[in-house]
Amino acid sequence: MNLLTDSILVLLILASFLLLSSSRLSNCIKTVALQGMMVGVLPLAANDSLTCRVTAIALVIAGMKGIVFPYMLFRTLRESTTIKELKPYVGYTASMFAGVVSLVASFWLDSRLHLPVAASSRLVVPVAFSMMLTGIFLIVGRRTAVNQVIGYLVMENGIYTFGLAIVRDVPLLVELGVLMDMFMAVFVMGIAIYRINREFDHIDSDQLNTLKG
Amino acid sequence: MNLLLSAFIIFVGGSFLSLGLVKYPRVLRVVGPGSVVIGSVLGIQPVLSSLILGTCDFLQMPWQIPMGSMSIGIDPLSAIFAIAILFVSPLAAVFGAGYLKSFEDTHDLGKSWFFFNLLVASMLLVVLARNALLFLIAWEVMSLASFFLVVFEHERDSVRRAGWIYFIATHIGTAFLLVMFLLLGRHAGSLEFSTFFNCGLSSHLVSVVFVFAVIGFGTKAGFMPFHVWLPEAHPAAPSHVSALMSGVMIKTGIYGLLRTLTFLGCPPAWWGWTIIIIGVVSGICGVLFALAQHDIKRLLAYHSVENIGIIALGLGVGLLGVSHGNAVVAFLGFAGGLLHVVNHAVFKSLLFLGAGSVLHSAGTREIDHLGGLIKKMPLTATAFLIGSAAICGLPPLNGFVSEFFIYVGAFEGMSRDGLSSGAAIGGILAITALALIGGLAVACFTKAFGIVFLGEPRSKHCEHAHESCMSMRIPMVLLSLACVAMGLWGFFAFGVMSNVTSVLTSGLTFDPATCGLITPYQDVLLSVTLFALALIVVIGSLIFLRSWLMSGRIQQSAVTWDCGYLAPNSRMQYTASSFAQPITKFFRTFLQTKRYVSPPEGFFPKTASFSSETDDFYGEQVYKPTFNALESWLSRFRQIQHGQLNLYIMYIIIALVVLFVWKLR
Amino acid sequence: MMDVAHYMGVPLGLCMAPLLLGIINRTKAFFAGRNGSPLFQAYYDIWKLLRKDAVYSRTTTWIFRSAPVVGLGSVMIAMILVPVAGSSLFAFTGDLIFFAYCLGLMRFATVIAALDTGSSFEGMGASREVHFSTLAEPALLLGLAALAKLSGSFSLTGMFGGLSGSDWLASGPAIALIAFAVFVVFLAENARIPVDDPNTHLELTMIHEVMILDYSGPDLGIVLYAAALKLWVLGALIVNILICAADLSGFSGLIVFAGGMFILAVLVGIVESIMARLSLLKVPQLLVGAGAMSVLALILVMRFTS
Repeated sequence: MNLLTDSILVLLILASFLLLSSSRLSNCIKTVALQGMMVGVLPLAANDSLTCRVTAIALVIAGMKGIVFPYMLFRTLRESTTIKELKPYVGYTASMFAGVVSLVASFWLDSRLHLPVAASSRLVVPVAFSMMLTGIFLIVGRRTAVNQVIGYLVMENGIYTFGLAIVRDVPLLVELGVLMDMFMAVFVMGIAIYRINREFDHIDSDQLNTLKG
Repeated sequence: MNLLLSAFIIFVGGSFLSLGLVKYPRVLRVVGPGSVVIGSVLGIQPVLSSLILGTCDFLQMPWQIPMGSMSIGIDPLSAIFAIAILFVSPLAAVFGAGYLKSFEDTHDLGKSWFFFNLLVASMLLVVLARNALLFLIAWEVMSLASFFLVVFEHERDSVRRAGWIYFIATHIGTAFLLVMFLLLGRHAGSLEFSTFFNCGLSSHLVSVVFVFAVIGFGTKAGFMPFHVWLPEAHPAAPSHVSALMSGVMIKTGIYGLLRTLTFLGCPPAWWGWTIIIIGVVSGICGVLFALAQHDIKRLLAYHSVENIGIIALGLGVGLLGVSHGNAVVAFLGFAGGLLHVVNHAVFKSLLFLGAGSVLHSAGTREIDHLGGLIKKMPLTATAFLIGSAAICGLPPLNGFVSEFFIYVGAFEGMSRDGLSSGAAIGGILAITALALIGGLAVACFTKAFGIVFLGEPRSKHCEHAHESCMSMRIPMVLLSLACVAMGLWGFFAFGVMSNVTSVLTSGLTFDPATCGLITPYQDVLLSVTLFALALIVVIGSLIFLRSWLMSGRIQQSAVTWDCGYLAPNSRMQYTASSFAQPITKFFRTFLQTKRYVSPPEGFFPKTASFSSETDDFYGEQVYKPTFNALESWLSRFRQIQHGQLNLYIMYIIIALVVLFVWKLR
Repeated sequence: MMDVAHYMGVPLGLCMAPLLLGIINRTKAFFAGRNGSPLFQAYYDIWKLLRKDAVYSRTTTWIFRSAPVVGLGSVMIAMILVPVAGSSLFAFTGDLIFFAYCLGLMRFATVIAALDTGSSFEGMGASREVHFSTLAEPALLLGLAALAKLSGSFSLTGMFGGLSGSDWLASGPAIALIAFAVFVVFLAENARIPVDDPNTHLELTMIHEVMILDYSGPDLGIVLYAAALKLWVLGALIVNILICAADLSGFSGLIVFAGGMFILAVLVGIVESIMARLSLLKVPQLLVGAGAMSVLALILVMRFTS
């Protein structure tokens, strides 16, 4: 059992819990930055033989997830007036319960799912599942657009981790493609949030439905 | 067996005798409860001997009814339920003698004692019957007798409504039982219980029988989705009847379920799962709803649901143990669940009697109107305190021992296998649920005891409160003593429980009681007993030490610290609603408490009010819409109801003719 | 030598428990740049109180008078079960349940004593206490269940004795999570920051302190001493989890254990110095978080041991 990998994976779950339970958006962004960074360096910890290429890609990804995306989110946040998620659809304690349930569900799913290749740690796959579920939950259960972007990021972290389990060596092109998608998504959303905020003085996506005729 | 039969005959005789003694209330006051007491004393010896020695006895007499026979028998499984019946019933009866005195002028007590005796007799027959037909007859008599006892104060609308809900619920349950026994009987070719075992049902039919048993018996026991009648019927009934119904009668549902399980052979894992999930839901939701109640008897009724949940957790863990072939888990789970049956019978009837005593002297069941009763009713308060601590599962009282069994069983289930195994997750679920229930039960009973008995009186109801009469006090004292004694008997319970569980696993490939794996737990229970004793000794000596320390000290009296406020009054005390508010708010998603607030307005507000109400979730959201839809559909048939006798006779004749023609065709 | 050390655990706790309060207060004073009260202040307080006369509220009854001794008695029994340096006086399968329920008995007694005064402040404190402990109890028991699963034993002594340094290597994250969850429960149950502030002077904001507001004289002394013992027994759980890596026994074990308790007390002092108290509405979230960590630990442990 690789202690370092396991610790990182456990920290990933804790970061998800933290995201589910905190209302202050700046804290959420910081947490997701930390989670992204940990996901980024995960290949370094999991791989026994580090090559230059793997290290470089891992660092780039960690930088993107941990610095660039959060920076953009912070910029958006500064320009909007929102600092707190005021009334989420699902309360914070209930969200935490949901997180625990989704965690149990992902471990159960993993025990049922017989993946063809052995992952580097027995935790990788369930943790990846739980991050994806958490991301989806955040997208569904929160009102502010920033939190929805964060949910999107968490889900991406989960997908990336899952990819890590399936493919030992990070396939450069695929990953860069995904990353590019992500970049565009955050970029577009950032602009959208900025626009929404400028037009309506808030970034509450719930109120977008007033736009329809 | 003869003693048991004579006990039964005394119950039945007593019931008819009290019906005849309506004109002589003084005699009735003795005969009604007296027959219950004498019968119970007679019956207790054979029951105890079966329980301790593990002996079985069987008696069969021919009977005129087709498919029926007077088969009765006793084995340790019947005995553990019979002991609860024979211990609690006489105490409830003695309490009732005092409790009903104030009703002598307004109500017909002859009927009340008739049904009370009949209820005890039928409960005894339910656990002794070894023939499905006899069982169902006893079951029906039990349901009817308890129904008539519930509607004792039938002049009140709420009581009649509660009675109806109970009547309908229990009969829907009985319908399922009827189908279940017919299924079993058809395949076995006879309605004798002894022929039911492995009677060649296909595995699908076995599952159907199991589901029907869970619904049918679960309705009586109060499993969570089928519990709606409990919080209605228990507050409506006189307190000694609530004690008997909640303490003992609902356990016959558990008995029926277990007896059915002995017919069905090795259970698949999902049975265990079903029972565990029912246990988790009943346990947690039961205690949550209890916490939100303002009516003390309603609160206790919801606690019965909670405790049935704990029993179900134990049985579920046991079933999982059986289906995984783990003898230790099976033994600990079953033993814990069954021990909790007896323990709950003792402390719940104690609590209901205590509540009855309060109701009798203060005249209200509203917790928020009471307060400070410990000064006026010291004995009732002490008894209620002991019952409260016992129901919270606190050592050194009896509730702890049974919960301890279940905890250890759940842990054993958890420790044996990995995550992929069902027993492990079942164990974790049980531990989590028990821990949560334990905490919530402490919250609920500190509220019930603290607000009712402690502090200052909150309304004029309490001014006239007085300690109840001797016949109401003695049962409470005896039940309190039983709570303490059974907290210390964990070691002795071990042998008894291994007798009982070996009945449950008699049809299986292994018998936990004989395979030697469980013997280490005898020492464990000895340690529990020793530590409970140590707890009593340490606390006792500390009390002694404190009184030595305090001797010769000046002890002044003053007002409670009030932060310098000059005119405190008793209305300013924390109420039950405010005490429970943080928790009810935390769990508001489940409870959906309705709040009616009219806040104070202006500078010198004259009026302001607040009230809250927590309706039963299932009752409001599930059953009410269902029954409303059913009613609107069935109301179409009103057209054929004209209320004219000759038309009805015509219906009968038409029906007869149609049947006749159909048969001759 | 071994044997003497074996019996030393309970006396050590009985004697040293109030010292923990002194260490916490000195640490806080250090952070605040004060000299602080003497290390043995808690002993002085208790001794002084035991020699005083008493004042009782007219509303109170024997419940109020007997609650402190019931609490003290149950926490003492709980203390017997907690191992010190790998061995306790008694151990049996399932003793951790007895341990948890003894603390439950103590809480029951304190809460009804608070209600016995009829004061709305004390009712408020009692209400909060039962609310928070309801959520703390599953966190504690699930954390202990995870430890039990890891070590394959269901008694406190067997649990901590069964752990070794290799367990830390194999499932370190899980043990760390358990330790953290138990630490949160420890802070909540002992009314420390961030759940409750033992130094607050406003009745409305108190939890534990407000429940014992009406005690005076010897009874207050007993209450203080019982609270110190509770701090000790729950702290001992954490220290036992953390020092299990070093397989120690005998007197060296005792010394390491005492050192661990000292560090724990300093840690509590640091937490109290650098953290603000949480708003009351946030406390349940913290406790549910601790419960979530226990569940996570339990899942990890089952994953690793299966």
